[in-house]
Formats: sequence, C-alpha cells, structure tokens
Amino acid sequence: MWARVVRLGFWSWGSWRRGFTSKADPQGSGRVTAEVIEHLERLALVDFGSQEAVARLEKAIAFADRLRAVDTDGVEPMESVLEDRCLYLRSDSVVEGNCAEELLQNAHRVVEEYFVAPPGNISLPKQDEQEPFSHN
Amino acid sequence: MLKGYVPPYNATVVQKLLDQGAILMGKTNLDEFAMGSGSTDGVFGPVKNPWSYSKQYREKRKQKPHGEKEDSNWLITGGSSGGSAAAVAAFTCFAALGSDTGGSTRNPAAHCGVVGFKPSYGLVSRHGLIPLVNSMDVPGILTRCVDDAALVLGVLAGHDPKDSTTVQDPVKPFTLPTLTDVSKLCIGIPKEYLAPELSSEVRSFWSKAANLFESEGAKVIEVSLPHTSYSIVCYHVLCTSEVASNMARFDGLEYGHRCDIDVSTEAMYAATRREGFNDVVRGRILSGNFFLLKENYENYFIKAQKVRRLIANDFVNVFNSGVDVLLTPTTLSDAVPYLEFIKEDNRTRSAQDDIFTQAVNMAGLPAVSVPVALSNQGLPIGLQFIGRAFRDQQLLTIAKWFEKQVQFPVIQLQELMDDCSSVFEIEKLGSVSLKQ
Repeated sequence: MWARVVRLGFWSWGSWRRGFTSKADPQGSGRVTAEVIEHLERLALVDFGSQEAVARLEKAIAFADRLRAVDTDGVEPMESVLEDRCLYLRSDSVVEGNCAEELLQNAHRVVEEYFVAPPGNISLPKQDEQEPFSHN
Repeated sequence: MLKGYVPPYNATVVQKLLDQGAILMGKTNLDEFAMGSGSTDGVFGPVKNPWSYSKQYREKRKQKPHGEKEDSNWLITGGSSGGSAAAVAAFTCFAALGSDTGGSTRNPAAHCGVVGFKPSYGLVSRHGLIPLVNSMDVPGILTRCVDDAALVLGVLAGHDPKDSTTVQDPVKPFTLPTLTDVSKLCIGIPKEYLAPELSSEVRSFWSKAANLFESEGAKVIEVSLPHTSYSIVCYHVLCTSEVASNMARFDGLEYGHRCDIDVSTEAMYAATRREGFNDVVRGRILSGNFFLLKENYENYFIKAQKVRRLIANDFVNVFNSGVDVLLTPTTLSDAVPYLEFIKEDNRTRSAQDDIFTQAVNMAGLPAVSVPVALSNQGLPIGLQFIGRAFRDQQLLTIAKWFEKQVQFPVIQLQELMDDCSSVFEIEKLGSVSLKQ
C-alpha cells in the first residue's frame, strides 16, 4: 500500500514538472539537448544515428527517473554481491603467454609485431562540422 | 563487431567441458551482445522456436482458422540465449551454454520447454564470457532435464584463478539426491510477482505448483519483496552503465571489425563502432554514458546501486525467515509470434520480459526455470525457483523433485523427422540423458 501511495505522489509530481519544460528546467522530456547529444557521442564514440535513437534515450531516462521514488537514506551503494569476501590475487609469476602471432592474426592492420593505429591527438570534429544524421 | 574474430583462447567453462570429453557441436545464435529478450536482434537473424513446428502447437493451430502460410507466423525463442535453448529443445545437442545477466538463460528456457539454470554469482568462472555487466553476469546452463544441468554444473563450478570474482570455497562433485519427502521444505511465494501483465495461464500453473507442494506436505507461505517494482528500473540503469564501460574495449584496433577511415584514431573508433554495433547496443551505450555523466552519476548510478542493496536485502530477509526456495513465474506468457514481438522496440520488450528474472541477478542468487506444462496453444510454460546463495545443489534437488511431479511432455517433431527418414523413434529420444 505504501508503494501505491508513493507512486501516486510521483505521478502528480511528474505532471507538474512537465508543465515547466518551457523554462530551462533540467527535468522533464527536454533533457537530451543538442549539447548533451554531442557530449555523449564524443564520450561514447558511438553516434545516435537518427532522431528515433534520441527519442529512445529520452524514454530510457524517463524510465530511470522512477528510481527517485525510492527512499535510500542511509543505504550504502552495493557494487558487488561478493562484497563481504576478499578478492583473490594470483602470484606474480608468468605461466602462459608467447602467443603474439596468434593475437596479431585477429587485427586488420599489423606491421611486424605492431598494431597500426591512425594518428592520435586529433579530436573528433564538432557536431556542426560533421554530416547531419545519416538515416540507416 | 566481432565479425571474423577467432578467439585465441577458450573460455574456462568451455575448456572445462572439453577437458571432460565434451564435443563442441557449434556456436549458437543470440541477440547481439546478449542484449534483448527475444533473440531477434542478432547479426545472423532471429531465432525460430522449435515448438513452432511441433505437433502439439500445429494441432492447436489447425483448430483456429488461419489464412497465412504455415511458416510465416513462427514463434520467438525468448532471449537472449535463444539459439542455445532452441538447440537443446530440438535435440540437437545434450546441453548448451548461455549467459544470464537479467534472465537471458531462463527466459528462452521457459519458452522452449527446457531447463535453464543460472548458478550463484561467483560459482562459475566468467573468464572468456564477453562481459556485459561484470557484477551480474554468469554463464547459464541449458539442458533437457535437471539431472543434466547438475551434471554440467559439477564440471563447471569451482574457483578459477583467471577470474577473481569466483569464490574460493571448495566445490565437490555431487549427484543430486532424489527427494521423496518435501514436508520439511518451506516454499515462498512473493506476492509482488503477481504482476497485472501476467497471463492467466501462467498464473494458474503457478498456483497449481504451489498447491502441489502444499499437498505433499511442504509449508507454502506468501512472502514480500517490497522493492520488486523498482528492480527492473534499477537493473536498467546499472546494466546500461556497465555496458557503456564494457563495450569501450571494442575499437577495431586489436581484433574485430575495423572500418576504412584513417584520419584519426577517434574517427576510426567512432566509425568502426557505428558500423559494428546495432541500434540496440548503441542505444544502451549512450544511455549508460548519460547515467554516468558527472551531473547524473549521483542521481542515477549511485542511486541504482543503493536500490540494488535494498533489493538484495529483501531476498536475504525472506530467506532468513525460514524460506528454502522461492517459486515464481519465469515469463509473462508463452512464446509469442515474431511478427508480434517486433512491434515494440528492444528496450520496451526487455523491460517487460525480464520482470521476474532480473532481480535474481542483482542479488547474485541461483535460479532455475523448469518447464511445467503446455499452454492452451500447445506451447511450453516454465516456472522459476530461486535459491539461497551458493545453495545451488539444494535448489536443483527441489527442482528435480518438481520436474518429476509435473512430467512435462516431450516435444513432438515427428513430421519433420519423418521427412529425414531417420531410424530413431522420437518417443525414445525423451530418455536420452546421462543417468548416474
């Protein structure tokens, strides 16, 4: 019953916030701005590709917003279910390896024993310099 | 992204099976990077449920008028380890491995009428398992009966020096005892799992199963897991966040697909990842990155981790009150046709279909989906047992007892087999499994 009361409270709060999206309100459906899109694409090095993908992200965020209804005061974050156990460390001795040839076979571009990468230190071009969304 | 990739090493679980003399028959299809609940988003195409071609399903369909061709309305297997479930269900192999991060082994097991077992987190090595969510992934086992699953678990369980998240407790090989007396057991029925979307058929089988235990003397009580309604949201945040991190290793440089762009490293990475990942994977990476942004980290990621503790504690409290196993549905209904499944996008479907299975991954508990009976459409329905952490043996013992009580029918693929002029009789194949 408590959950139902909380959910009702949340829904009315949500619709209140939706009415405020015309202001610069960080909550609500307008969170994925062009700035955010560019930032995420740069961080993830993966592009949205289409407007539908942006809409999907907005829905995902709205879905995640439901967590706000949970009271987590005084609760520690849980990283792993095995948190009460000690991590196992192996002894620092070489037991296997020497498979450089095998590993190099999986790479597309190889020169002798090196993986070949294009030049680094060149940032990805900004949004306005790039092509607009390509529709797959 | 992994097109043309040949792994230079075997996963520990694979190596352990090979060391015991197993014959690797092949690799099965799945949702791309195990993201999905239908096995419909793989690079090789969707997986068809063998039950679409079974006599049981076909006979029920003949009663309904249908104008379409026989093969166009085939059913999904569930996911994401759908190919493995289909392979086991169709008698292609003795057992198959899957992965289970949010229910990806148990979901297709229920839809394909096979046993889908998720071991306790830390019992089976993840070395070689492509990581999706490091704190929840486990290799899953799919077999036709519980004894087979126990056999495979006996081979796979145990500490692996190459996976530091495996526990160091000694694991002895075991044979499942045949339980005859369930009167000392306490079965918990979590009331929050009675979701409104649950089909009446599954609900009825769940209820009958509870009654079965009660009639045999077990104590069956209603329990509460109060944070159940938030677990799917919590899973969504944690999963996408960890995925964003784990998928960062795929850049085309050392292995896998690589695009032709050579302007700069970043441009090459971006184009490779655009070409190599499908929409689902990209969507999750971007969502995950959003939740991990500095301004969102506290409100989403940390919050989800706190909710995760609450969920894990819910289970601990229930087990501490004397419950031995929990009994829940595995899926909302029986398998749906592919054409219907694809009407909603992957994220929506995953949020709907993982509802009973993902809380278990967040708490790291063992769980098993056991096929119970056929629905009105002639399709399998499974129920899930959830056990205490590291009491996998006890869980499987109870599941084995239950399996014996329900006597789930063997799939009848007779029409297909007759075409292949096979010598075997289908009825006999139902008993092909190694008995100790």
